[in-house]
Amino acid sequence: MELRINQKTYQVDADADTPLLWVIRDNLGLTGTKYGCGLAQCGACSVLVDGNVVRACVTPVAGVVGREVTTIEAIEADEVGKRVVTAWVEHQVAQCGYCQSGQVMAATALLKHNPAPSDAQIKAAMVNLCRCGTYNAIHAAVHDLAAQTSKTESA
Amino acid sequence: MNKHIDATEDRLGESLDQPVNLSRRRFLTSTAVGALVLGFGLPLGSTRVQAATATAAERGTQVPAFLEIRPDGTVRLLSPFMEGGQGTHTAMAQIVGEELDADPATFIVESAPPGEAYVVMENGMRITGGSMSVRMSYPTMRRLGALARTMLLQAGAEHLGVPLAELSTEPGRVVHASSGRSLGYGELAGRALDMPVPDPSTLQLRDPSQFRWIGKPVRRVDSYEKSTGKALYSIDLKVDDMLHAAVQHAPRLGMTVGSLRNEAQVKAMKGVDSIHQLPGAVAVVADRWWHAKRAVEAIQVEWLEPTADSKVRSMPADFSSDAFRDSLATQQGPAREDEREGDVAAALASAKTQVEATYHNQYLNHAQLEPPSALARFNPDGSLEVWLPNQAPDMFRDDIAKRTGLAPSRITLHSPLLGGFFGRHFLYDSASPYPQAIALAKAVGRPVKLIWSREEEFLRDVLRPVAVVKFRAALDAGGLPVAIEAVSVTEGPTEAIAGKQGEKLDPSALEGLSGKSYAIANRRIAQIYVKGPAMLGYWRSVGNSLNDFFYEAFLDELADKGGHDPFELRLHLLRDNQRLTTLLNAVGELSGGWKRGPFTAEDGSRRARGVAMASPFGSHAAVIAEVSIEAGQVKVHDIWQAIDPGSVVNPAIVEAQVNGAVALGLSQVLLEEAVYMNGQPRARNYDLYPILPPSRMARVHVRIVESGEKMGGVGEPPLPAVAPAVANAVAQLTGQRIRSMPLSRYTFS
Repeated sequence: MELRINQKTYQVDADADTPLLWVIRDNLGLTGTKYGCGLAQCGACSVLVDGNVVRACVTPVAGVVGREVTTIEAIEADEVGKRVVTAWVEHQVAQCGYCQSGQVMAATALLKHNPAPSDAQIKAAMVNLCRCGTYNAIHAAVHDLAAQTSKTESA
Repeated sequence: MNKHIDATEDRLGESLDQPVNLSRRRFLTSTAVGALVLGFGLPLGSTRVQAATATAAERGTQVPAFLEIRPDGTVRLLSPFMEGGQGTHTAMAQIVGEELDADPATFIVESAPPGEAYVVMENGMRITGGSMSVRMSYPTMRRLGALARTMLLQAGAEHLGVPLAELSTEPGRVVHASSGRSLGYGELAGRALDMPVPDPSTLQLRDPSQFRWIGKPVRRVDSYEKSTGKALYSIDLKVDDMLHAAVQHAPRLGMTVGSLRNEAQVKAMKGVDSIHQLPGAVAVVADRWWHAKRAVEAIQVEWLEPTADSKVRSMPADFSSDAFRDSLATQQGPAREDEREGDVAAALASAKTQVEATYHNQYLNHAQLEPPSALARFNPDGSLEVWLPNQAPDMFRDDIAKRTGLAPSRITLHSPLLGGFFGRHFLYDSASPYPQAIALAKAVGRPVKLIWSREEEFLRDVLRPVAVVKFRAALDAGGLPVAIEAVSVTEGPTEAIAGKQGEKLDPSALEGLSGKSYAIANRRIAQIYVKGPAMLGYWRSVGNSLNDFFYEAFLDELADKGGHDPFELRLHLLRDNQRLTTLLNAVGELSGGWKRGPFTAEDGSRRARGVAMASPFGSHAAVIAEVSIEAGQVKVHDIWQAIDPGSVVNPAIVEAQVNGAVALGLSQVLLEEAVYMNGQPRARNYDLYPILPPSRMARVHVRIVESGEKMGGVGEPPLPAVAPAVANAVAQLTGQRIRSMPLSRYTFS
């Protein structure tokens, strides 16, 4: 089947029900998207499909044919994604880092839909698990990005 | 059949992620100690290294084994420690960089291979655990940086033809001030590494008042890679010609494979290369991991009950974690004493008031987000290369040698970044995928990467121990404690791994009950050892993770019984301990002044605060928690923590570690538990084993108190006081005593 991932077209040999995660990681060798649970519990596998955050570990690959998939590897090619990465470094969010690809994708999706989310909206959207406990740093980074936008818009 | 990859020399370049440069090659081949660098990526024996590192005075002096300075000035440091989120790679860059005079931002840090050269800790060990990395290697790693700087100065003197005394350094450069000439470290590196390593006793270390990077909130060396998916973990690695594998473990440890009922069908499934029977598991090797996983889960295995001669700790079919805990509570002894002071029995007999209570905790999984994996490759010369998560590379290499019969010198072990560890990646029999990966690679004659699915991981993870602790205490006429006794019925992780009680008590069983600093004249802390059926391991802050909960919650009971405020009681019991008095006052102040409550918060909710302290892993911590009850559930609003690790290398990382420890501490006190029924874990994934979600995280306020005392740990010490502070707050708010974890087992209204 034909997939659009990070603005490139790939011909992929995989069963229709293969999770997108494993096509990305094993067929395409893009290992930035992580496997954590395989059950849509942790969010380490978060990617964007047509700009919406989805959990690739439970998304059948056939379901994304004809759609635009964005993984962490292309995050800096996205204007919002680039800002998110900068904020992640600025706030020194990552500890072990394993969940952070998914966190960055989730934050990017949130800010693309809602450039200036309230704290409550940030909490509602940023639900991926982090065993290192970087939750406060994640919130601070997204809060900061939202505040930057509000400032720009009100200026 | 085997299309093995490239020669080892080329792989060096590959592992460096850029071509091998000339100066590097030169020092690789031209100096004896320089050859140690070959140990990275090559199966070099440790004999020579051992001979060279005979005494503590010589630890960490083999500069070329640790450092490579590239032409562009980038410093590649092979650290003795593993990076798994605790920030040790950054700390090592700061410590070495400070004395080398090189900005930590110019460092690339990787974990060093096994070998005596990398035994740098003052206790003569090489592990990443026990919150030891920085505190146990700090002087040695500083000296390493200073040695390297001196070698660069010597090279500069030779190159510029001036006396060494006329040279100085500025970050990354050797400077000859009088002539205005200077050379970048990268330009001098080749020559410098040919210099003899100076006599360490001649070195002058930097005056701490002049530190530029140590003690400063320096940015992590790996932030960008970890924010962009570029950081590589074991699970991400691949080599040419590699196959993928997945396993299905026996439902209970000790069971063995009988027959496979549908082998032919499974063999015909898409992508399947082969099916294998392993000790206590079946495996499928396939072209892709998804195919391997789907196939191995389809195998219908007839599992056989463990035999009497089973070499592993067999899990009985009737094991129930709740029933086991109840049985611990009935154990009468004999007890072995760890701490005895005064006469507890006499004090109890004559006391005005006696207090008794029984506490317990729960089993826990590590639940680190990266599932375990291992990549194994046999090279054409029969040597073995393994990539795997680990906290002790030499122990793992030696274990692989034992299992395979290969000499350690024929085994190359790589230690990639860890996707969290918390004690998960020590050497635990039957709890790691590398023996299986090696067996499969051998069987199929190709490199194999084996990943344990989350479900297989939860089935074989080792558990944080449980304990039932019986307390007795005596209060005097003023309501102050004069005697305390704690008898813990438990099995510590160290004695569990050994499979038997040692001659001495397992310190990891009682730490946190023993070693408290409160001035209570009569004390007795003892253990009743009961070997349980579950495989146990180390979990972040180990014995302290449970024992400080027990002790500090019971101390609040004593305060209430004696009519004292728990904060004031602690201050009283620490009146002769200036360091802990300062710390407790610091957390009080940080929280805006101690107030216990209950009180009504601005949002109208009823709240209360609890306080607790702990002194784990060479550091001290004091915590205040503020809680309310929301829809029957405990909500922790704020955690204030004052921590005194003596002195710190990176305050920003300390603050991050406190945040992380608070998260794990909240997770264990609020909601986490590994429950076994019928010999099997109830949860095999995060759906039934919830870990703290962002919605239940508290705000965290940190104050670092640098007392200047001996440097302590940072990764684990901020955890143990969190649970009892929360429990004490909940008890104050609800009037309900909290004598066990997790709180999700309680009903609050």
